[in-house]
Amino acid sequence: MNNIIEIHDLHFAYKGNENGEEKEVLKGIDLNIREGEFLAVLGHNGSGKSTLAKHINAILLPTKGRVTVNGIDTADDSRLFELRQCAGMVFQNPDNQIVSSIVEEDVAFALENLGVPYEEMRKRVDDALKSVGMYEYRLHSPSQLSGGQKQRVAIAGVIAMSPKCIILDEPTAMLDPKGRREVMDTIRRMNREHGITIILITHYMDEAAACDRVIVMDEGRIVMDDIPPKVFSRVDEMKRIGLDVPQVTELVWQLRKSGCDISPEIISGEECVDAIMKLFKS
Amino acid sequence: MLKDITIGQYFPMNSVIHSLDPRFKIVITLLMIIMLFSGGSMICLAIGAVYTVMAMLLSRIPLKLFWKSVRPLMPFLVITAVLNIFIIRSGDTLWKWKFISITEDGLNSSAFMIIRITLLVMGSSILTYTTSPITLTDAIERLLSPLKKLKFPVHELAMMMSIALRFIPTLIEETDKIISAQKARGAEIDSGSLSHRAKNLVSILVPLFISSFRRADELATAMECRCYHGGEGRTRLRQLRSSYKDYIALIITIVFLAAVIAAGRIF
Amino acid sequence: MAILETQQLTYTYSIDTPFEKTAVDHVDLSINEGEIIGLMGHTGSGKSTLIQHFNGLLCPTSGKILLDGRDIWADKNKIRDVRFQVGLVFQYPEYQIFEETVFKDIAFGPKNMGLSDEEIKQRVLETAEDIGLSEELMERSPFELSGGQKRRVAIAGVMAMRPKVLILDEPTAGLDPAGRDQIFAQIKKYHERNKNTILIVSHSMEDIASFADRILVMNQGKLFCFDETVKVFARAEEIVKIGLDVPQITKVFLELKRRGLDFGKEVYTVDYAKELLLRHLKERGGL
Repeated sequence: MNNIIEIHDLHFAYKGNENGEEKEVLKGIDLNIREGEFLAVLGHNGSGKSTLAKHINAILLPTKGRVTVNGIDTADDSRLFELRQCAGMVFQNPDNQIVSSIVEEDVAFALENLGVPYEEMRKRVDDALKSVGMYEYRLHSPSQLSGGQKQRVAIAGVIAMSPKCIILDEPTAMLDPKGRREVMDTIRRMNREHGITIILITHYMDEAAACDRVIVMDEGRIVMDDIPPKVFSRVDEMKRIGLDVPQVTELVWQLRKSGCDISPEIISGEECVDAIMKLFKS
Repeated sequence: MLKDITIGQYFPMNSVIHSLDPRFKIVITLLMIIMLFSGGSMICLAIGAVYTVMAMLLSRIPLKLFWKSVRPLMPFLVITAVLNIFIIRSGDTLWKWKFISITEDGLNSSAFMIIRITLLVMGSSILTYTTSPITLTDAIERLLSPLKKLKFPVHELAMMMSIALRFIPTLIEETDKIISAQKARGAEIDSGSLSHRAKNLVSILVPLFISSFRRADELATAMECRCYHGGEGRTRLRQLRSSYKDYIALIITIVFLAAVIAAGRIF
Repeated sequence: MAILETQQLTYTYSIDTPFEKTAVDHVDLSINEGEIIGLMGHTGSGKSTLIQHFNGLLCPTSGKILLDGRDIWADKNKIRDVRFQVGLVFQYPEYQIFEETVFKDIAFGPKNMGLSDEEIKQRVLETAEDIGLSEELMERSPFELSGGQKRRVAIAGVMAMRPKVLILDEPTAGLDPAGRDQIFAQIKKYHERNKNTILIVSHSMEDIASFADRILVMNQGKLFCFDETVKVFARAEEIVKIGLDVPQITKVFLELKRRGLDFGKEVYTVDYAKELLLRHLKERGGL
């Protein structure tokens, strides 16, 4: 499959403070993301993952290196709107990304900016709201919605642009378990049914475990890049970086250390149940 | 609790007045104000009153809500009316005591003024009661759009207005939370000495300011991500469409206005 | 001995309006001195309303709250003293920081208590140490600190009042795993030093499971259950039914039981799971 996002030798430094010191946040990132992939980005606070995300739709531009999305160089100012339509972004705080006091008008915001004619806009807004399951709430005020519902509205606002990929920067960090489930189900559906590439930045290991591929960032570099079972089975390294692994992965890791014959690459509950059953049957 | 305060005075309902195009409603309201102020006779005012009351009834909003809109003004109105009664000395004297006299003209003019202002306030309330603040903002933006040619920032003002409306509930909730949190640290918001209270006010305002700036910053990034670039070339989901109803309403208003002006000439 | 008690505590919002809602419904509970309590419940279960009653921020519609056996609303003018004895740390507490220096912000509560400057200084420094803020941070502006540090400054602000009961509403929300573990470790350290009562609201069952002596579950304004951690997780299926989560490891052992591998114990931490499995494997000669 084609690469939708290509990042080559990306460096980024924030403009220095009064002393002119520069702080390098990204130190040479090479990353290709294939179309339709569901990618999780892990890393502790300050590891550079949000900074990386902001490079994908040109909120930030590289100090050195190159980022292209669907063949568009993010540094190409003349194609900025094309780029941002192609790669939409959802942020952590649901309150601070909703612009309008009426749900459907918020979903339409990007289309209004792009000058989409009314008839088409109406259809795209309705479709987007239906696809995140918020159509019945189209005339509500955002302040009447729960956190999970607000995030779904924000996702609909991006979906309405018909993007090829969506970058979500800790979209569930401020939600309760129910809201988290709603949002994760919505994201997964976007990926499966609409083939949209997903880049999910998260602190929740269970969310990352459900992705196709996980990259782990530390100190501005990518230190791991693999399928979830392979990444999480490196329990020692993950802990050293300050990250968690799913409880079941930790359990099988501990059991292996005590001499049990059990696969280290277990990340889901079902796999763990199967493996323990096997252990006791043999 | 702060949360319980209702913002704006919009009462969503299904009435003819609610369904009118907000742009027409604004223009009609302006015409109504002119109507109430043109013509100095009681007959003119009576025609204006018929018009206003008719509109109030058509809006299907309980009449006591209109009364509520005038009530805060009542003391002011009464004082002005009383002054009027004593100051005006023309016309037949009805009652006299030492240097104070009450004349027919004085009474008439006071009653006239009270009725006129009451009608004016109630009539203007119809607009805010039947139109949501966001629709109103939108209509004002479109009515003022010719001013864009004069470099007047119509779109920017309207965008600021609508973002403010969007964030009022959020900020109220936030203020509520900060007050509770500082109270939990022993801050006395509603008691204590004045300097103490001022200090405690700082403990609420500083976090509120900081969080508002953070919100503004994040919102700006989110808007940029969704291709916001000012008002140029923007289309709108909200379509303001005028129908035959709007023209009928406008014609009725103009007829009434003409009647008032004519009555003013004749009587 | 009970330090905090409620008797038929009820709170109704917006009485006599169409929005009337009973958020806390006839709740009876009793919390003992020195206990660590975990409070769970989904959004709207009444848990936030409940904790705001414990320090007198909300006044019950009916029922009583007893602190040390005394009705906290017996004398309305003394409600402020209750707030010093029952410290409440709200969600995202770093958003309430306002002073120019870390020291001053932590000192805000103790100052409101009317303590002497010396006492304030001693308390601030001691609390800062408990929560892992080094002394050279004290004169820095709190707004220059990292997210995790700010969070700890805000928590210290309440801890420094030395409340008998400390309530924390989701103290680790939005932090990364390292930040979360650090906060929990510091709270534990603080508890060991002061032996006071702690009540933690959290959505993370994994965290509560490894931390709390007893767990209180709220559902639709009512007390769903309030029992020892083991016994609460024994009702895992019911807990899942009311929209809450149980630790992944608990789910695994429930499934094992369903498939015929019953260890006869409730499992909610990884360490215990490992120990249990290894013991049984040895017994069966599998190892």
